[in-house]
Amino acid sequence: MRYAYYPGCSAESTARDMHQSTLAVARALGIELVEPEGWTCCGATAAHQTDRFLAVSLPAANLAKVQDLKLDMVVSCAACFSRMKVANQEIAADRGMREQVRQALERDYDGSVKVRHFLEVLLDDVGLKAISRAVKKPLKNLKVACYYGCLLVRPPKILKFDDPENPTSLDRLVKAMGGQSLDWPCKVECCGGGLSLSRTDVVVQLTDSILDMACQAGADCIAVSCPMCQVNLDLRQQDINKQTGKNYHVPIVYITQLVGLCLGLRPEELGFEKLMVPASTVLEKAAAN
Amino acid sequence: MTITKKKTGSGLKDAVEQICGVDLSVCFQCKKCSSGCSVAKLTKSRPSELMRQLHLGAGNELLESDLIWTCVSCEICSARCPMGIDVAAVMDALRQLALQRGASKPAGNVPLFNRAFLKTVEMFGRSYEMGMIAAYKLGTGKWKNDAEKFPAMLKKRKISLLPPRGGDRKTVGRIFKRSQQNKGPQA
Repeated sequence: MRYAYYPGCSAESTARDMHQSTLAVARALGIELVEPEGWTCCGATAAHQTDRFLAVSLPAANLAKVQDLKLDMVVSCAACFSRMKVANQEIAADRGMREQVRQALERDYDGSVKVRHFLEVLLDDVGLKAISRAVKKPLKNLKVACYYGCLLVRPPKILKFDDPENPTSLDRLVKAMGGQSLDWPCKVECCGGGLSLSRTDVVVQLTDSILDMACQAGADCIAVSCPMCQVNLDLRQQDINKQTGKNYHVPIVYITQLVGLCLGLRPEELGFEKLMVPASTVLEKAAAN
Repeated sequence: MTITKKKTGSGLKDAVEQICGVDLSVCFQCKKCSSGCSVAKLTKSRPSELMRQLHLGAGNELLESDLIWTCVSCEICSARCPMGIDVAAVMDALRQLALQRGASKPAGNVPLFNRAFLKTVEMFGRSYEMGMIAAYKLGTGKWKNDAEKFPAMLKKRKISLLPPRGGDRKTVGRIFKRSQQNKGPQA
C-alpha cells in the first residue's frame, strides 16, 4: 500500500500529534506514505470565504504535484480532505475554472487525482479484520464518543464519505479495537471551525453543547479526525469552565492516536503529551488491558 | 426579523448567482437550512431569510446581516436542502460581495482574520499560525485573548514559533497574483 500523503499546515503546528500518530500507525501497518515535495496550504476556510478561485487553485497546486507521483492522495486532516475533493469537483465540472487554474499553475490539471481520507485507507484498504488481528492492547472498557464534525462528511455529494447524518466509520473502527463506541447525538455537529480566534464566543457555545452531550453519554474521551475540531474541543474546555462554572475534563484524541495505542505503540510516539486536557484515563485503560 | 423592502445599491441576486452558479429561484422556503444551521440560535437572521430576501430583490443592506460572518461554513444547510441548493456557496458569495462592496466590519472582524491567514500562505506557501495571530491581534487590539494559553501551547509544541519552510512559494505566489487580478482578497 503506497500513497501520496498530504500533511496539511496544521501537521506542522497545532496538529503535530495527528501527523505523528498518522505516520506511526502507517508504519506499523505497512502503509507507505510519500510526502509530495513542496506541498502548500489548501486555503482552508479563509480561502473559500474570500475568493472561489483561491479556494480551487490552492488545493489544485497540491493535487497536480500528486498527479506527477501517480499515486492516490491520502489526507489526515478532515478540512484539507474536504477542500481537495471540492477543488477536484469544481475543476472537473467547470472548464473556465480549469483554464484559470492552468494559467496560475502553468500546467493543466484535470481534477482526476483520487483523494482519500486516512480513515478510508484504514477501513477499506487495510480492513477492520486486519486491524482487529493487529491489536495488541484492546481498548476494553473505553467509552469513546466518535465525533466526525463537518468536513469528513460534508458536502456529502462530493465527499461520499459514509452516511452524512449518522456516520459509523469511526465507531466501527473503535469497536474493532475492542472499545465501546457511544450512541450520542452530536456526531456531525459543528465545533465552530475557523472562528476559534475571531468569534471565540460562538466556538465556546458550540463546543459546550458537544462536550455536554459527550459527558452525558458517559464518554471517557472524544475521538476526532480534524485539527480544528481537536483544538476547539480541547482548548476551549478551560474557557467554558471559567465562564460557566462547569468542570469539563474530556480528553480529545485523534482516532489515529487510539489506533496507535491499540497497535502497541508508546504514547510518546503518538503525540499524547501534546493534548491540552491530558488523556490519562485513556492511557490507563489501554495500559490495563 | 422584519423583512424590509428598502434597498441600497443594485440587487444582489444576479451577482450571487453569477459568483456561485446557484439557482436561487428553486427555494420554496421549507426552512430546513435554518433548522439545521449551527449558528442560527446566535444570530438575528437565518439562512432561509437571506434566501427569501435575495428573491425579493435585496441590495447591499443584506450584506450587513450578522449571519454572513457568523456562519461557520459547516455546510449543514447545503447538505439538507431538498432542492439541492448549495446554501453554503451562497454564503461564500455574500461574503465576497460584502468585501467587494465595502460592507461594515462585522463582530470579531472575520475578514481581517481571513486576510491575515491568507497573507501567511502567500508569504510562506503554508499557513503560519503565530504570524497570523500576531497580525490579527495587531488589527483588533485584542492582545489579551487567549494569551494565557500560549506558554503551555509553546511548551507542548502545539504551536510553532518559526514560520513553515519547504512550501512551493513560487506557485502559490502566482495563484495569489492571479487572484488579485480577478479582484480577490483585497477587493
